[in-house]
Amino acid sequence: MKNPSVDTHLLPADSGSIGTEPLLAVDNLHVEFTTRQGVARAVNGVSYALNAGETLAVLGESGSGKSVTAQAIMGILDMPPARIPKGEIRFRGTDLLQLSEAQRSQIRGQQIAMIFQDALSALNPVFTVGWQIAEMFRVHKGMSKKAAYAKAVELMDRVRIPAAKQRVNDYPHQFSGGMRQRIMIAMSIALDPDVLIADEPTTALDVTVQAQIMELLAELQRESNMGMILITHDLGVVADVADKIAVMYGGRIVENAPVHDIYRNAAHPYTKGLLESIPRVDMKGQELYAIKGLPPNLLDMPTGCAFHPRCPFRQDDCVTDVPALHEISGTRSSACHYWREVLDGTAG
Amino acid sequence: MAPQGDPILEVRDLVKHFPLTQGIVMKRQIGAIKAVDGVSFDLRRGETLGVVGESGCGKSTLAKLLMALEKPTSGSVKVNGELVDVHKGSNLKRFRRNIQMVMQDPYTSLNPRMTVGDIIGEPYEIHTDVAPKGDRRKKVQDLLEVVGLNPDHINRYPHQFSGGQRQRIGIARGLALQPEIIICDEPVSALDVSIQAQVINLLERLQTEFGLAYIFIAHDLSVVRHISDRVAVMYLGKIVEIGKDTEIYDKPSHPYTQALLSAVPVPDPEGRESRERIILQGDPPSPANPPSGCRFRTRCWKAQEICAVEEPLLQIRPGTDHESACHFAEVHDVVHAS
Repeated sequence: MKNPSVDTHLLPADSGSIGTEPLLAVDNLHVEFTTRQGVARAVNGVSYALNAGETLAVLGESGSGKSVTAQAIMGILDMPPARIPKGEIRFRGTDLLQLSEAQRSQIRGQQIAMIFQDALSALNPVFTVGWQIAEMFRVHKGMSKKAAYAKAVELMDRVRIPAAKQRVNDYPHQFSGGMRQRIMIAMSIALDPDVLIADEPTTALDVTVQAQIMELLAELQRESNMGMILITHDLGVVADVADKIAVMYGGRIVENAPVHDIYRNAAHPYTKGLLESIPRVDMKGQELYAIKGLPPNLLDMPTGCAFHPRCPFRQDDCVTDVPALHEISGTRSSACHYWREVLDGTAG
Repeated sequence: MAPQGDPILEVRDLVKHFPLTQGIVMKRQIGAIKAVDGVSFDLRRGETLGVVGESGCGKSTLAKLLMALEKPTSGSVKVNGELVDVHKGSNLKRFRRNIQMVMQDPYTSLNPRMTVGDIIGEPYEIHTDVAPKGDRRKKVQDLLEVVGLNPDHINRYPHQFSGGQRQRIGIARGLALQPEIIICDEPVSALDVSIQAQVINLLERLQTEFGLAYIFIAHDLSVVRHISDRVAVMYLGKIVEIGKDTEIYDKPSHPYTQALLSAVPVPDPEGRESRERIILQGDPPSPANPPSGCRFRTRCWKAQEICAVEEPLLQIRPGTDHESACHFAEVHDVVHAS
């Protein structure tokens, strides 16, 4: 356990240019919002990395900071009230936060694209879907109207919208929820981005349609080797598609791990609680395990570990000391003072 | 508590068509949305019937019909053997006391201008015989305690509570008249994962304590499985399969049930590459113009000529022990097979 962390940490910095630098790296990112009630610290030192072709799932409840982190990467936070006091977002080694707005809008859409949860409110109701998809090509590539429309039809075919040619001039309200989400996906992959951020892409959809959309995303990812950040609260979807997981709580990452490890054995009490609160077949008729209490108020974060008021394994130092993100192995880390005990089941 | 005795709720051939009209002055009916189209089931005391299906399949309309918030086009609902007559006020009032509802969205189903005490106590204004006036405040405080809230918060407003706590307020309001049946329409889908388990545990505890019967409408199949004794699967206004929870989940025989179960992501990454997945093509057809014969045939991989001609009845099919509405019903365990 002695200092493998130092080695792995130094390597990418030294040899960043020869390909060990991840595609996208978020490093110690802080985001805060100034509100009338005070400063809400939505993101408090989040770091994660994404490689090409990889799917990173960011798991967390509402208010955990998972969407705000994604919006900071996209550069679509309203500033003010938002502020990024600290941190770096490196895309292919360049810190996005240091770029001008003009440079960022070059990257947005072309290199990093995003899919939103609610396709109906993300699409403009007064323009046809063809117009909206074609806009990507006209604005970013300077294509003619006609060529851009042809591209739009091609994309609608690619995301498997039936009769794309006839439907290109329809408006968003004429499509079903699943079809609208396909149009969102078509827009986001229009310029072949390297990174796709999907913020709860299937939460508003039925399970059978969800399965269609997740399969489509996986297929597009295989074809183009995109890196994907999947933001979700659904433990089932994560288990289905993710390569690695970052669990967020109260604006911090509390556990980082490859997908198989986390479901086998959680190293943070919050992750453990989440996994245990899923209804299971063999537990029928018994009371479900429930994490007691409520998620923290961002305006008034608990001292020490943000999870301590709800934690069944709480010790005195959890109330006073903020736990560091302890490295467990090269690919795994947990922000719990007692991760060893949580892992081997002797905590509490 | 094990379900027992006579059915407390009997639903027979319930139909609700919403007319589609054309013209402004001379309105004429050009068709109908067949939201619920012939639904029958029984519910026994202390039993939980889960209702699952995709959006647009008629689950929420069914809930409204059972609450007599909508008048059925045809069909009947009996509570404790007594027919509910939606045209007779006194009959309705008595009936509504016995059947209450918990809504999906705790943010919009509570009046923001009323205190929690007024919200939970409002049913007593209508049903004055349940609690005499001086007694009401005490009753409301008792209810708050039953659902796990602080009775001292009786004068607070809904915005001062979190989502999970608001759902508890909605549940307390549903309990106020001591009903025998509670209809839960997606009661946990608006809540965070860690809060869902708390509310489900509360619902189960209340069921044991008061002998309640639940109709539990949800799209989360694992939650439905956990809480239900029996499960009904709906598609385009009809029940396509109904049976005990183990029959539906372990021995589904209708292709739609199988597709639905296989589409649910399993929260366990082990063996995810080899898991069987039936991905249905397209969206459900419009309930205004459902396909002839079997309504699922347009998305079904087993469909044959007979499916377009003859509507399959909901009945026990050879080789299965529960009712299924498919000509080619065949038990196929999609969840465990791999």
